[in-house]
Order: sequence, then structure tokens, then C-alpha cells
Amino acid sequence: MSLLSVRDLTVKFAMREQTVTALNGISFDLAKGERLGIVGESGAGKSITGFALMNLLSRPGFIDHGQIMFEGEDVVTMNDRQLRGMRGNRMAMIFQDPMVTLNPVLTIGQQMIETLMAHRKLSREEARQIAIVKLREVYIPSPEERLEQYPHELSGGMRQRIIIAIALLLDPQLIIADEPTTALDVTIQADIMELLLELCQSNQVGLILITHDLGVVSQMTERTLVMYAGRIIEAGRTREIINDPQHPYTQGLINALPQQTLPGQRLKQIPGNMPSLTNIPPGCPFNPRCEYATDLCRSRIPEISHYGEVEVACHEVQRLQSNDARREVKA
Amino acid sequence: MFAYLVKRVFQAIAVMFVISVIGFAIQGNLGDPLRELVGQSVSEETRQQLRDELGLNDSFMTQYLRFAGNALQGDLGTSYFFKEPALDVILKKLPATLELVMGATLIIIGLSVPLGVYTAIKPDTVLSRIIMGLSIVGISIPVFLTAIMMIFVFSVHYGWFPSFGRGDVVHVWGYWETNFLTADGWMHIILPSFALASIMLPLFIRLIRSEMMEVLQSEYVKFARAKGISPRRIYFLHALKNTLLPVITVGGVQIGTMVAYTILTETVFQWPGMGFMFLEAVNRVDTPLIVAYLIVVGFIFVVTNTIVDLIYGLVNPTVNIARMGA
Amino acid sequence: MSSNTMTSATEPSRFAKIWNSNIGYSFRKNPVAIVSMAIFLIIAMSALLSPLLAPYDPYDPASIDIMNSEYPPFWVSGSLPEFSLGTDDQGRDLWSTILYGTRLSLLIGICAVALQAFLGISIGLIAGYVGGRLDSLLMRLADIQLSFSTLMVAIIFLAVTQAMFGSETFNQYAVFFLIAVIGVAEWPQYARTVRATVLAEKKKEYVDSARVLGFGPGRIMVRHILPNSLSPIFVISTVQVANAIISEASLSFLGLGMPPSQPSLGSLISSGFDYIFSGSWWITVIPGVVLVVLVLVINLLGDWMRDVLNPKLYKG
Repeated sequence: MSLLSVRDLTVKFAMREQTVTALNGISFDLAKGERLGIVGESGAGKSITGFALMNLLSRPGFIDHGQIMFEGEDVVTMNDRQLRGMRGNRMAMIFQDPMVTLNPVLTIGQQMIETLMAHRKLSREEARQIAIVKLREVYIPSPEERLEQYPHELSGGMRQRIIIAIALLLDPQLIIADEPTTALDVTIQADIMELLLELCQSNQVGLILITHDLGVVSQMTERTLVMYAGRIIEAGRTREIINDPQHPYTQGLINALPQQTLPGQRLKQIPGNMPSLTNIPPGCPFNPRCEYATDLCRSRIPEISHYGEVEVACHEVQRLQSNDARREVKA
Repeated sequence: MFAYLVKRVFQAIAVMFVISVIGFAIQGNLGDPLRELVGQSVSEETRQQLRDELGLNDSFMTQYLRFAGNALQGDLGTSYFFKEPALDVILKKLPATLELVMGATLIIIGLSVPLGVYTAIKPDTVLSRIIMGLSIVGISIPVFLTAIMMIFVFSVHYGWFPSFGRGDVVHVWGYWETNFLTADGWMHIILPSFALASIMLPLFIRLIRSEMMEVLQSEYVKFARAKGISPRRIYFLHALKNTLLPVITVGGVQIGTMVAYTILTETVFQWPGMGFMFLEAVNRVDTPLIVAYLIVVGFIFVVTNTIVDLIYGLVNPTVNIARMGA
Repeated sequence: MSSNTMTSATEPSRFAKIWNSNIGYSFRKNPVAIVSMAIFLIIAMSALLSPLLAPYDPYDPASIDIMNSEYPPFWVSGSLPEFSLGTDDQGRDLWSTILYGTRLSLLIGICAVALQAFLGISIGLIAGYVGGRLDSLLMRLADIQLSFSTLMVAIIFLAVTQAMFGSETFNQYAVFFLIAVIGVAEWPQYARTVRATVLAEKKKEYVDSARVLGFGPGRIMVRHILPNSLSPIFVISTVQVANAIISEASLSFLGLGMPPSQPSLGSLISSGFDYIFSGSWWITVIPGVVLVVLVLVINLLGDWMRDVLNPKLYKG
């Protein structure tokens, strides 16, 4: 049985004049201890997916329909009490910007201990000892002192390590990490990613890594979902998606990586922008930016279906595959 | 911490200096002290002699220094009307005003926090809408009108509460007589306290609500939810602590404002406090009393603001007091 | 040159666009805003046209007969048909007096806020643009000024002025004193907000390009930076007009504002207060209701504007 099984997850936002669909029939599975990457441009619905999995969407967003089976229970139908018991305990989340994730007026110790005590019958001192152990695991020097400090006294990298420690406090089965390094200095991004990978591997924790960085995904994850305008457009083993992308959008993303460009050449960009949720074109949402788009693409939304090892949502996949030899992109 | 304290105290002294100069200027230009002393039927020579004796012909600096020196020793001149030291007159009236401010403050704190938090947590309920609707009506009614309406309804029409004065007070210590020890005293202070609170209360409800709503949108509150913390703890620890920090600053300023509103409330309820006294002094052109009031009220403003700033620095961990002093 | 002509060319059309789409739409959708605006316009128009609408001239002693004092309004028995809302303690027609009083209250409120805005915007622009020591000095002054309540400053200023000049001279110039004191006391509200916008805008490219093109600081501030502070200025001004009207009424109630011979709403309420115990409630209550409704609709419009424009207001 898989750890997480998402079926037809649809999230909508009730705006003043209309209701827009932010996630459209998302389905995927995650095995115990598996690491999954979700990639896409900003606005594709990656973060919304992360919050929806925790059933933590804030107004005006809501889960319209769908199923999120986590350890055999449906997160969508859980009541508040069950949700609270799950969040931070069996499923934890790491937020994007460590500078604003921790409460500025509470000490690190308070914020760690309250998490433990919310889920386990522990004395304050027992909780403190666990917190210290976890801080050691994320390589925080002199953890006893850190517990007494306030967030603003610590650097961004240090704060993100603490947030990772908080996520690991109750040995969860799944961690959702939403762009955990985008807000950090480039020099420490790799350290944090390495730490996250190491901890997930050694503790057999499942990881959903939300990022726009294909390079990170290729190092961190076993499987990858590519999202565009609230839909999954390509899914499969990370190695295959990176080496042999099928969907024109994924191909564009990979071609845009600096490694794919010869020195002196301009970076290849995908022309145009992601459509806003209120203004999604008919047919395949990618069609206005796609050089292979046909009339079919402009009128019908492609279903996601298997093509060899991967799943792709594109009408033109087969034609593209036959053209494969000509537009080989591997270095 | 020490450097910050010194800096803050220094600033308070600077403001008090400016206030004392203003007070001195008023003293020198308002009314004629000679006329108050000897009347008008005195020859010009005797007048000049008296002026010299009183030091009224000294240079501005000398006169100011004498004024400031006396003020520092608690001598703010003698009231023309009461023929008593002005400071004593004010200190006798001060407890009545402070008790009124205290009553209003208790009402404001006791009601604004729960109502503000409630309307922030449940913004769409009928009760929240009623509270918000009433609060905007509340800030649109001037204090004196609220006071008049209260008298009209609760004193004149229903006769539930007395309409003026302090009623039975109990002597506590020094000049301090309190309303809070007799039933009659309570009956007398209830209407004025609510009237005084009437304009600040809606202001604070709205302030707490908007700050709280902003805090509830923050990432750290979302993160607390993601940790599985109970809503009660999120609202009353995580959110409220961050909400009240800016409210403290505003609150400090508003305590000063409330002293101004006591003038209105005391006038309507003929409450024998220093606001009522001040208006009487103005009508009698009792210059020393006017100046003394200015200096005492300025002192109250400066002290409360300084204390509030220090408290803010102490409770807000992100304000590094040690470094602010530099 | 291109950047300048572009901004100035797009300015009016952008404003018109906002007006037509966002503000206009939300106004049409908001019954509270519509009703408030309607009531405000009715009050403002009647105040403006008070000499035409009022059956009597309350400033003309010849038209006042003390024998007519304290007649109740028309729905109370004992009223006279020629005084629809009754008469005050001096025998003045209450309806006429309220019309004139509302005009005075509005006039003082709006002029005082105009003065506040002028002072505050100028100081804010200068502080933000010049920066450095001048900026910190001005903002420190603003802090101190704000820490003293406006009402307190106004009461003391007016009390001393009145004692110094004597009641007669004071009453003659009361309108100007009120405008001056309410206008001067509240400048920091504007100064802080405008300064914050200046600091934010100063860093942007178009300001640099305007500077490179050789425009003087005055032109840059007024033509380029100021338009960006318009929405917070609008929101602040609405609330400030409401506050100024309340302040004026409070000062007049204390006898430090408009004299009873030339009453604003506040002084009318004040003169009626003495008669409330003897049963002549209308002299206080009717002008009181007008005052509250006027301030309330302005506050409601301010709330609505704050929601729509959602400006970044300076938080003290």
C-alpha cells in the first residue's frame, strides 16, 4: 500500500466575481520513503498542491473534490481534530522563507516544545531533550543555547535548519518541502538540500519537494511531477523526465537550463507566460506557447496517459517521439 | 538597555524643557500679575518698584531660570482665585481625574481585547458585523455628546444613575479620595467612565481586529497550523502576542489623549477633577493655574509615553534595546 | 525624455481607468457606500445652500424674538407651524440655525484638513527627499507632536488665546483660530505617509531618469512622486475631516470655539445642554443627530475607500 494516494484533487478559489480552478484533477501516488519532486513555473499550482495535501488551504481557497488517502485515511474528509493530530505529527511541512516562518516573539525552544507537547504526552523537560537531539541532527551548534534564542537572532540558514528540525520532531512519514531554499543565499542552498536528503534517507521519510529548479529535483528525488496551469502534464521517474522529456513544456524547461546552452549562446526560453487562472485558454493550457500546437490542441484538453515509462498529457506526443532523433537535447 | 534608557530619559527632559518654555511664555504674556497683587489704584512709581522687586524687569533668561528653578522645586506659582499654591490645587483634583481614566481604561482593556479578537477570528458572523457596525457609530459620536446622551437616558429619563459629581468618596491617603470603596461612588463613576471610554473603545476594537487579521494571514501562523497546534494556542499565544505589540504603542499615546477627553467628560458630569478645574481657571484667567495644569499634563504625557516605550522595548524581543541606545 | 512623457501621458488615462473599473464597480456594488454618499451630498448641499433653504437668518438679531424661545419640533404638541424643528433658547429657528451650523462645521473641518494636508505633504516630501539629519529631526518632531493629543494642544492653545485677546476679539476670529489649531496639530499623519511613499519611490528608476534629465527636486516630487501617494492621502483625508468636525464640535462645546451668536453644531449642542434637564431636549438632540450622521457617513465612506484603495498606511 502506498503512503499517499491522491485522486482527482481539485482546488478552487472563490473570488469576488467568479470561482477559479487552481488545481484540476491531480492524481499521483507516493510510496513509503519515496522522494517526489513537483516542478513548474510559479503559478502552476505547486504550492497549492502542498497546502492542499495538508488540508491547510486558507480562504478563499478550498478543496472542491478529490481524495487524499494518507496512511489509509482521507485527509479531505478529516475533521479538525484529526487534521491537527496528523499535521506536524505524521505529515510535516517546511515553508519557503525561513525569515517569516518562525514566530518572532516566541523562542525557538517554545516553538519546538509546543509542537511535541501538542502531539505527545511529554513533560516539558522531556520535550526539551528531544528538541536538543533534533537540533543536533540538523547540525545546529550548541543547541541548548539556541532554544533560549528568538528567531531574529539567527541567520536564515540556521532558521531553515531549525524548521527542518521542527518538521522532523515527531518522526513523520511524509515531509512536504515548499521551495525550502529559494529564500536562502546560494552558498547555503546546497547544504540545506544535502541535509534534507540525508535525513529523509536515513529516517525512511517520504518527501515531496516543491521547486522550480530541475537541477535540484534531479539530485533529490526519485520521481517527478511536472505541473502547468493547475494540471499535471508529465509524470514519471526523475531520470527519465530529465533525460528524455516528452511534453513540449518539460522539454522547454530543460532546454532553458544553463547546462543545456553552449557558451556564448543565449539561454533558450519558453516564449510567453503561464496563463493566469482566470484566463486559461481553451484546449491544452500550454497551446499558445507551444510550437507543435494543432487545432486539436486548441480545442480539446489532452488526457494524461502512459507513453512508455512516463505519463504525459499531450495530443502530439507520438509525433514528437518520432521526431526525437532530430531534436536530441542531451549534451 | 542602559544607553536606551538614558536616551529616552534625555528626550523626555528635552520635551519637558520645551513645555516649560511655553508655560513660561504664557505666564509672561497672559494677564498682569501686578494687577492681581495690588489692583489698578497704584502709582506708576510704586509699580516700577514692585516690578523690580518681583524681578519682572530682569532679562528673559534670568526670569526663565527662576521660573524653571521654582518649578523643579514644585513651586508653580500661586493660584489667583484659590490663593493657594497652584500645584496643590491641581494635586487635590488629580485623583478624581486619574480614577476616571482608570475606570475608562479598565473598560477599554476589558472589552476591546475580547471583542477585537472575536471579530478578527470570526469576521463573517452576525455578531461580528454588529460589533463592527456599532464601533463605527461609536467613533462617530463625540465624547461630550455620548456623555450628554447618557445623562439624558440614564439619569433624566430612567433615573438609574446620578448625573453629576463624585458622590460618596473615601479618603485613602494624602489628597487621594477614592470612588471605588462605596456603592454610591461606583454609581457616580460608571457613567463618566463609559462616556470617556466610548470613543477609545471602538478605536481599539478596530485596531486589534485589523492587526490580528493581518497576523492571522502571516506565514508563522500558517506554520503553527502546519505543526498541529491547537487553534486556542494559535489565537491567544502566537497571534495575540504579535497583535498586542503595536497596540501597546498606540495605547500609550491614547492614554495621553484620554487626559484631554477628561476635560469634556468632567465638564458634562461636573466631575471635580483637574479638567473641570482647568476650564474654570481659563474662564477666570487664573494664569498660574493654567500654566501649572499645562506643566502637570505635559509631565503626565511625557512620563506615560516614556514608560510605554520602555515596556515596548522590554516585551518585544525583536527590538534590540542595547543597540537602540547607540 | 521618453520616460517622462510616458508617465505624464499615461497618468490621466490610468486614473480614469481605475475610476471606471475598480472604484466605480465597488461603489456600485456597495449599498452602504451609496447611501453614505447620498446622505453626505444631501447634507453638504443643504449646508452650501443654507441661505436659500433657511426660512430665517440666525445671524440677524432682528429676526430673533426671545419670546419664541424653546418651542418644540413639529411632532411634539405645543409646536408652532413656522418653526418646523422648534426653536432654541434664544428663540432662533432651529432648522435655520442647524443649516448654518452645519455649513460652519463642514467649512472648518474641510479647511483644517486642507491645511493639515498642505503642511504634512510638504514636510513629508522634504523629509523623505532630503533625508539625513533633517529627516530624522522632522520625524522625531512628528512623533512628539503625535504623542500629544490634538485635542489637548487645541484646548490649551485656544484657552490661552481666548484669555489673551478677550472673548470679543476671540469670537470674531474664532473660525480662523479653529482652522489654524486643528490644521497645525495633525500634520504628522500626512507627513509620515507621504515620507514613506517618497522613500519607496525614490529608489525607483523613473526618479533617477528624471533626475538625470535635469529636472529639479520640486518638479520630481510634485509631478512624479506625489501622484503615488494619492490613495493614502485620500483615505487619510476622509478620516481626518470626520475627526476635524468632531474636534471642532468638542472645542465649541467647551466654549473654546464658535460663539453662541454664530453657532456651529458643537456650540448649538452646548447651548442646549443647559436646557436638557428642563425638558427642552431638542436643542441638543437634533443638532447632535445631524453631527453624528454627518461624521458617520464620512467615516463609512472612509472605510469603504480604505477597502477599495487598500493603501499602505503608515503604522505608528
